[in-house]
Amino acid sequence: MPYIPLEDHLPGITGLLEYRVDTAAPIRALTQCLLRGPSTLTEGERELIATIVSHRNECKFCSYAHTAAANTLLEEENTTAEITKDITTASVSDKMKALLIIASQVQVSGKNVTGESVQQAKDAGATDIEIHDTVLIAALFCLYNRYVDGLATVTPVDPGFYKGLGQRLKEHGYNRLPQGYDHLKKTNL
Amino acid sequence: MAHIKLEEEVPGIRSLVLFRPETGQYLYELVQILLRGESTLSEAERELIATYVSQRNECIFCRDSHAAASKCLYGDEKSIVDEVLHDMNEAGLSEKMKTLLTIAGKVQVSGKEVSDEDIATARNNDATDREIHDTVLIAATFSMFNRYVDGLATLTPTDPAVYEEMGKRMAGGYSFPQQTK
Repeated sequence: MPYIPLEDHLPGITGLLEYRVDTAAPIRALTQCLLRGPSTLTEGERELIATIVSHRNECKFCSYAHTAAANTLLEEENTTAEITKDITTASVSDKMKALLIIASQVQVSGKNVTGESVQQAKDAGATDIEIHDTVLIAALFCLYNRYVDGLATVTPVDPGFYKGLGQRLKEHGYNRLPQGYDHLKKTNL
Repeated sequence: MAHIKLEEEVPGIRSLVLFRPETGQYLYELVQILLRGESTLSEAERELIATYVSQRNECIFCRDSHAAASKCLYGDEKSIVDEVLHDMNEAGLSEKMKTLLTIAGKVQVSGKEVSDEDIATARNNDATDREIHDTVLIAATFSMFNRYVDGLATLTPTDPAVYEEMGKRMAGGYSFPQQTK
């Protein structure tokens, strides 16, 4: 049970973003900009960064949700499975491997990012903005993962829930739905 | 030297938000609402949570700048900040603040570290749901900022006077930097 009163039909992060809408607004806008804004990284690639960090923080809700979003955007389920097992052998570009390694270092601590890993990303063609965004996405998910688990929010066990959520994240991104989330009450019954 | 091309001589978070204002504007908005918006925790107390988490993440830029802001806001009671940095349990703080800092310290490690018992202890010392929520979110937010600032190897000034100036400015609130320095 969550440590603070959250709405039953809004598990994980979704209940927290409705608990305090004023702090949620810049968090949502930041996420929308980073994961869906103009970028030379695809939306699927950016979701992979969110997935690897959530996976390593063992945040089940975020890990399942962003795996589902990445799978939907990439239209396959192998890449998410591969990167969580071993980044170096995953079937992603060398640039993405280097960026995922940087994200994994950020997950532990900002200080863990080495000049060498940054150079490897640059050698594989990563731009300064791509490196910047990778670090900030990884750092942002260190926020989300702690927020979600630190208040003991509910993690649904039904895989169908995450499939639906992944689809919603593909179609609507991270902005608050204009009508709010009351319509989800009945689908969860 | 920073890992990416940032404006020279601009320190810490400032250099990053100027590099990418599209994301930077929201970071400033978030910190302004969390640390300066309406709350039953004082601005000095919220800055103390930010300082404590930054210290545990060994992010010197964030630690020293938020310590300076907290001291500025505590005024005559500013010695509390150094006491917390030395040993939180021995600091001249309310029991409630100690329980909230304990929760923040757990969040710094992992969200999963926060226990039912930590929450019960905070409640027994009169912490409200909203104070518990805000403590977790501030601690999570600084777990982000610390990684962002150090992950890109931004400039960390070593002169204490620089932080003192920063603290004074931060005490007045967080608005997106117009000037570069």
